[in-house]
Amino acid sequence: MSSIHESPLDVSQIERNFAEIAPPLTEAEALFEAHRCLYCFDAPCARACPTHIDVPAFIKKIATGNLVGSARVIFDANPVGATCARVCPVEALCEGACVEKTLLKKPIEIGRLQRFATDFVMRTGRDLFRPGEPNGRSVGVVGSGPAGLSCAAYLARLGYDVTVYDRRALPGGLDTYGMAEYKMRQSVSVEEAELVARLGVKFRLNTEVGRDVSAADLEAAHDAVFLGVGLGETARLNIPGEDLAGVYDALDFIERVKTRDWRSVPVGRTVAVIGAGNTAVDAATQARRLGAERVLMIYRRSRREMPAFEYEYELAKQDAVEFLWQTAPVEVLAGGDGRARGLRCVRMELGEADASGRRAARPVPGSEFEVEADMVVKALGQQKLREFFAGIPGVEIDAAGRVKADPETMQTGNPRFFAGGDCVNGGREAVDAAQMGKLAAQGLHLALTGERVEFAGAAPVG
Amino acid sequence: MADLRVNFAGIESPNPFWLASAPPTNMGSMVERAFDAGWGGAVWKTLGEPIRNVSSRLASIDGAGQRMIGLNNIELITDRPLDVNLREIAECKRKYPKHAVVVSLMVESRREAWHEIVKRVADTGADGVELNFGCPHGMSERGMGSAMGQVPEYTCMVTEWVKEVAPFPVIVKLTPNVAAINPPARAAVRGGADALSLINTINSIMGVNLDTLVPHPNVNGLAAHGGYCGPAVKPIALNMVSELARDPEVGVPISGIGGISTWRDAAEFLLLGATTVQVCTAVMHYGYRVVEDMIDGLSNYLDEKGFRSVTDIIGRSSPRVTDWGNLDLNYKTVARIDHTKCIRCNLCHIACEDGAHQCVPLVQFGAERLPVVDEHECVGCNLCYLVCPVPGCISMVRLDDGTNPLTWRELTAAQEPPPTSGD
Repeated sequence: MSSIHESPLDVSQIERNFAEIAPPLTEAEALFEAHRCLYCFDAPCARACPTHIDVPAFIKKIATGNLVGSARVIFDANPVGATCARVCPVEALCEGACVEKTLLKKPIEIGRLQRFATDFVMRTGRDLFRPGEPNGRSVGVVGSGPAGLSCAAYLARLGYDVTVYDRRALPGGLDTYGMAEYKMRQSVSVEEAELVARLGVKFRLNTEVGRDVSAADLEAAHDAVFLGVGLGETARLNIPGEDLAGVYDALDFIERVKTRDWRSVPVGRTVAVIGAGNTAVDAATQARRLGAERVLMIYRRSRREMPAFEYEYELAKQDAVEFLWQTAPVEVLAGGDGRARGLRCVRMELGEADASGRRAARPVPGSEFEVEADMVVKALGQQKLREFFAGIPGVEIDAAGRVKADPETMQTGNPRFFAGGDCVNGGREAVDAAQMGKLAAQGLHLALTGERVEFAGAAPVG
Repeated sequence: MADLRVNFAGIESPNPFWLASAPPTNMGSMVERAFDAGWGGAVWKTLGEPIRNVSSRLASIDGAGQRMIGLNNIELITDRPLDVNLREIAECKRKYPKHAVVVSLMVESRREAWHEIVKRVADTGADGVELNFGCPHGMSERGMGSAMGQVPEYTCMVTEWVKEVAPFPVIVKLTPNVAAINPPARAAVRGGADALSLINTINSIMGVNLDTLVPHPNVNGLAAHGGYCGPAVKPIALNMVSELARDPEVGVPISGIGGISTWRDAAEFLLLGATTVQVCTAVMHYGYRVVEDMIDGLSNYLDEKGFRSVTDIIGRSSPRVTDWGNLDLNYKTVARIDHTKCIRCNLCHIACEDGAHQCVPLVQFGAERLPVVDEHECVGCNLCYLVCPVPGCISMVRLDDGTNPLTWRELTAAQEPPPTSGD
C-alpha cells in the first residue's frame, strides 16, 4: 500500500469540510450589518485598506439598496474586490481599524458586506465600467494575478490595448491557484478575471514569458510592459531526503485541492508541514480537512515569531493542528518503500533579535529527534525569480531579490517596464498587489502620455 | 412604590396607560386581554354606522435598522354591528369594573344621531365617550372625523349636542391637521368638553413603490392619503399637548397620544401636561405586553425621583416651556470632546463642518488626527453632541456665569421706543 493515501473520507464529508468558512450574508443580515455602520468621515477602515476602498460609501449603498453603486465603489478602487472580500486578512486591515471595534467590541463585517455587493453584480453580470476610447497604445501585462488584473483593468478603462500573458491555463494567478479552498472557490477568481476581459483585455494563457515569448518580444510588441509575475517555486529545505516521494510543495498541494477532484488529492495519515506562514496554515488545515489523522506544523522559532496572521493561527488550532515550535527538520527519512516516512528534527534556541526584528534561531546540539510523517509539505515561502528579471535589460532587483520600482509610479529601472505585486514587495496580500497594479497603470499612463490620472483609492482620502 | 392611579376628568384608572381607539380595541375579547396584560384603560374602536374597509390598509416607514418608526392607515371606524359592540362593552365593563372603558364615537352631523348613540353607550355602563373629530382619511370625505375637528364651530356644536345627553365625561379627540391646535381645543371646551385627547393621526403618504410606482398602501393600483402615527410623530404630539396644557383657555385634563412606545415617552407626555396617555402603534408592533415595562419603568422612575404619585409629575415641565423671546441670549454652552472616549469616527467634525459652524476641525496630534472644538467659534448648537455615537464622549459645558441673563424681549424692549399712547 502506498504511504501517501487517498483521503479516507467520503466525498460528501470532504465537501462539507471545504464548505465556505465565511458563507455569504443573507439580505437580512447584510441590511442589518450595513445599518450598523456609523458612516465615519475620513474612515479608518478605508485608510487601513491598501486599495483605500471607500468602505463607508459602499456600505451605505448596501443600506439604501443600491447594490450596483456599491459594487462600483468597490471595483473602482480594487478590480479584484470580489477575491479580496473573501481572502483579505480583514482583522488586520479594515475590520481591525473599524471604530465599532472600539465602541461595541464588534467591528462591522466589512469583508462579508463587500462580498454581498460584489456577488450581486457578478451574479447579475453587470458591467460597471466601460473601456476607454482606444488611444492607439498597447501594453503587455505579464501575469494575471491580482497585480496584473488590476493594472490591466485600469489601463483598459484608459483606452489601452491590453494583452495579459499567463503561463497557466486559467487566469487569476494565486487568487485562482493558491487560496485556501474553504475561503474562496477557484471560480470566483476566474469570473473576476472575466470582468476584466469584458473591458476588452485580451488574455494569452498557457503562455510563459521567458519560454514561449521573450521579454524582447514583449518590448517589441507593446509600448510598455507591466510585470506582475509574482514569485517562484517554494524555497528548498536543502536537507537530505527532500526529493523523496511524499514530499510536496505547499502551493502544489493547495493547487491540487483547488481542482476539487478529491480522489486525486494526496493526503498522508500524518502530515508534517514545514513553516508557519499563512500558506503553511492553509496546507495544514486542508490536510486535516482531507482526513489526515494528525497534522504537525514545524517552525524553527516560537509562537511569538509565527508569521501567519492571528486569525490563521486560530483556524489551525480549531482544526486540531499541532505545533512543534523551535524545531527544524534536518533530514527527510525514507521508509522501506523509498517514500518519506518521517523527519529527523533538531530543537532550536532563540538568540537576540536580528536586523529583521526576529530572533535568530540556532540548533541545540544533541537535541535531535524523529517525527513520524508519511507526507511532508514544504511551506517556507516562495523563491524570487532572480533569473527571470536578469533577462530583462535595465530591470533591477534588490539584495532580497525584489524588483526595484518607483513606489508611486511602479516604474522599474527600464522605463518601459513597470512592476507590482509579490515580485516587488516580496510576497504580501492580494489587496497589496491590486494597489500596485493601480499605481502602475497611473504611472505607465503618465510615462506614455504625460497625463496624470488618479483612480479611486490611489491615495487615502482626507 | 409610587401610586400610579389617576382620575381623568372623573374617570378612575389603575394607571395612566390606555389603549387608543384603534385595531387593538376592536372587540371585547381584545380589550379584556389588554386589561389582563396591565392596561389601565381602553378607548374602544370608534363606533358609528358600520362601514366597509379596503384591503390593504397599512403602510410604514423604517428607521435605520428599526421597523415601523412610522405607521399609516386608511382603515375606517368599526366594521362590526353596533349592538354587538355595545353588548361587548357592557360585558367588558362588568368584568373589569376598575378599568377605564371609554367609547369612541363618530356619527353623521345630526343632533339626533349623536343623542341616540350617546344614550345607547350610556346604557352599557361605559365610563365615558371620546368624540372622534380627528380621523383624517375616508370618514373626513363624508363630513366626519377631521372634517369636524378642523372647524372649531362644528367641534363646539357637536360637543354641545353630546353634552346635552351624556351622563359621563366627554372627551374630544383633536386632529393635528390644523394650522394651530388651540382654536379647536378651546372650541371643544366651550362646547362643554370635560377633557381633550390628542393627537389623532397626521395626513400622510408613506412612500411610493419604486417598482410599481404606486404609493403605499396599494389598493388595486391606487392609493389614498392616510393617518400617520408611531414613534416618528411623538415630537409633534408632545408640542401640541404642551401647547394646550399651558393654554389658560383650555384648562381641562388631556390624554396624550402620539408615538408613545415606552415609559419614557409616557413620562414626557405626563411632564408636559397629560394626565393619561394612549398607545396604539407600539401595541400593533409588539402586542399588549409592552405595557408591562411601561408600568414597571414609570413606577421605578417615580420611586427613583422621589415622587409618591404619578399625579405629582403631571404638567411639571410645563413651566419650562416658554416662548422663544423669553430665552436667555447670554446663556452660553460649548461642546467638549473627551478624547479618551473618542473612537475617531469624525462624525462630529463632518457634521459641524458641513452642517453647522466649522468649529470642530481635525487636528494632527502625532500620528493621529483628532476632532477638537474651537470654543471661540462654537455656538453651542448641540449638533456634534447629537451625532456622537459614544455615550459621554461629547458634553455641552456652560461657560457663562448666569449673572447677566438677557432675553430677546428685554433686548428689543430696551432698543425700541415705548409705544405711543392710543396704540
